[in-house]
Amino acid sequence: MTANPTGQGVSLGMPQLPAPDFPADVRARLEADAAEVIARYPDSRSALLPLLHLTQSEEGHVSRTGIRFCAEVLGLTTAEVTAVATFYTMYRRKPSGDYQVGVCTNTLCAVMGGDAIFDELKQHLGVGNNETTPDGKVTLEHIECNAACDYAPVVMVNWEFFDNQTPESAKALVDDLLAGRPVEPTRGAPLCTYKETARILAGFPDEREGAVAASGGAGPASLIGLRIARGESPHAPVVHPRGEARGETTTEGGE
Amino acid sequence: MSVSTPKERHGGTSQPEAGGGTSPEKLLAPVLSAFWDEPESWTLETYRRHEGYEGLRKALAMTPDEVIAYVKDSGLRGRGGAGFPTGMKWQFIPQGDGKPHYLVVNADESEPGTCKDIPLLFANPHSLVEGMIIACYAIRSEHAFIYLRGETVPVLRRLHEAVREAYAAGYLGKDIGGSGRNLDITVHAGAGAYICGEETALLDSLEGRRGQPRLRPPFPAVEGLYACPTVVNNVESIASVPAILNKGKDWFKAMGTEKSPGFTLYSLSGHVAGPGQYEAPLGITLRQLLDMSGGMRPGHRLKFWTPGGSSTPMFTDEHLDVPLDYEGVGAAGSMLGTKALQCFDETTCVVRAVTRWTEFYAHESCGKCTPCREGTYWLVQLLRDIEAGKGVMSDLDKLNDIADNINGKSFCALGDGAASPIFSSLKYFRAEYEQHITGKGCPFDPRKSTLWADTEVNA
Repeated sequence: MTANPTGQGVSLGMPQLPAPDFPADVRARLEADAAEVIARYPDSRSALLPLLHLTQSEEGHVSRTGIRFCAEVLGLTTAEVTAVATFYTMYRRKPSGDYQVGVCTNTLCAVMGGDAIFDELKQHLGVGNNETTPDGKVTLEHIECNAACDYAPVVMVNWEFFDNQTPESAKALVDDLLAGRPVEPTRGAPLCTYKETARILAGFPDEREGAVAASGGAGPASLIGLRIARGESPHAPVVHPRGEARGETTTEGGE
Repeated sequence: MSVSTPKERHGGTSQPEAGGGTSPEKLLAPVLSAFWDEPESWTLETYRRHEGYEGLRKALAMTPDEVIAYVKDSGLRGRGGAGFPTGMKWQFIPQGDGKPHYLVVNADESEPGTCKDIPLLFANPHSLVEGMIIACYAIRSEHAFIYLRGETVPVLRRLHEAVREAYAAGYLGKDIGGSGRNLDITVHAGAGAYICGEETALLDSLEGRRGQPRLRPPFPAVEGLYACPTVVNNVESIASVPAILNKGKDWFKAMGTEKSPGFTLYSLSGHVAGPGQYEAPLGITLRQLLDMSGGMRPGHRLKFWTPGGSSTPMFTDEHLDVPLDYEGVGAAGSMLGTKALQCFDETTCVVRAVTRWTEFYAHESCGKCTPCREGTYWLVQLLRDIEAGKGVMSDLDKLNDIADNINGKSFCALGDGAASPIFSSLKYFRAEYEQHITGKGCPFDPRKSTLWADTEVNA
């Protein structure tokens, strides 16, 4: 570490003090959860990714305290845990919103409108990439391909799918989130907070009634080939609001 | 071989009849997707009604080695991109070595354009669970893992539930089906890293480390998870196994082509009238898929497409009749990959598309190998300049040169994947790059490419 050329020196003084621990009751609760996670693996270190999700379920991001906790529980150094925590994009490194709104801007979604949605949301919310609204509700970010290209453009909120979005639908979505109105994804369960989502990611099944069944079976695009194979609805008008000229190609319909 | 006669039934897949001649019903073959439209398709109850766990029953009546030989004979090839024969991977696991063996399912579906495993697991997770039990029986594994990318919580819920149901029904746990064999499945959620779809990076990640690829050899079959013999298979590969056991390898080989037998999920996306999943025998063409699904969006034509995700060299409308099997796509200069057919019409700027993919590779490069880490960075700088009208002609050769210095010069295929869109777009669309340079800017209007573009015009 050396001073940088702009003259704003990097402090070479006291190293950072060790992170504070969780309060005793929180620590005891997390330790019990951690023991359950660790028991799923032949080697305890394999539990590190789930445990980082677990600390996010407590604090909403991975703090130095969370890193210290993982290190102590797994017998690692905080440096080893930090190296892992900073590698993966799902670990948030600063306090962030209850709702993580991710707009896919990988090529296909971007071209289909993801870029426009992301730009409009930035303006609408008054925040940039990876920034949070002042009320702490919504964190906006652009994300990479989320394996839903047949539903492009896609927006994820707390990693539930919002398919076939437009700038208008996405703005209405974040308005609902800001106003605290209940929001249901196209595919997935009614939204819970980021912390609650992180607990599911740590490997603790969603206990909410109906969460597994929510939004039903496969989405419409997933069924299009099956429907055509059965001789039903050759052009699957269920898919997009794109189709005023859909009737133009007349393949054999129905049975 | 009994492949010849029944294959004629599906012969349409390999005959480019310009589409219309064959009815879609004959070109498609829903197997994994056959009951996705049932109201609760993901439950054990629904799965059993559709002959679920019948493949397992038949497998348990065979010896493990017989199961391996059977899957090998079926000709099933990996559906995650590389197309390696699944049964052969299982056979590589040394037996009687005294070490634990592991099965790790790669459900880290992240290749841009790829969207087959996520809907499969959302609608039919038990096909994976049953396939895993069969695979573990074959390779003598008592602990298997599903490494699911973390960004898909709805799928995680259904995997948690499917595994819970399988334990409750006695398919998992101790003494499965009276076989004397034990098996535990751990569902593991990743944390956001494309590189973890690479099998050795995935193993490092599952060991609680940064996901960085390992040098091979040793291959995972010898030293995989915890340095023990490990099979890493894609979701769709494993999920295809129960149907093969249940309906027979000859049934399976009757579909597709001799070297690429069976059925698979094709994912159509982009500027098409009917984006979605199409399960068909291998060897169907994009023309056939477009013909049956309404073609490109009205009033537009296909400009370029990827056969198997952004890492596979792009194709143009000249390639509509390329049979989409491992050999056919390979012969045409690309790779079947994940069968992610991303279709872009004439409103799309190739330079913009390639720039965005390259930004993705630069972001996702794990940093281990210098050519990939540094090369993808420089590719992005050059491409951004060109897209912004600040490029010079010599940049085009420089792009090719940098891509050439990444391709084949890194531990894993991420670097090769980053080079693919560069090489292929320069091959087919060099004039468009030059247009950005001479015209000092992008000649395309991005608004015309959006999902809502044509509805706005007509509104």
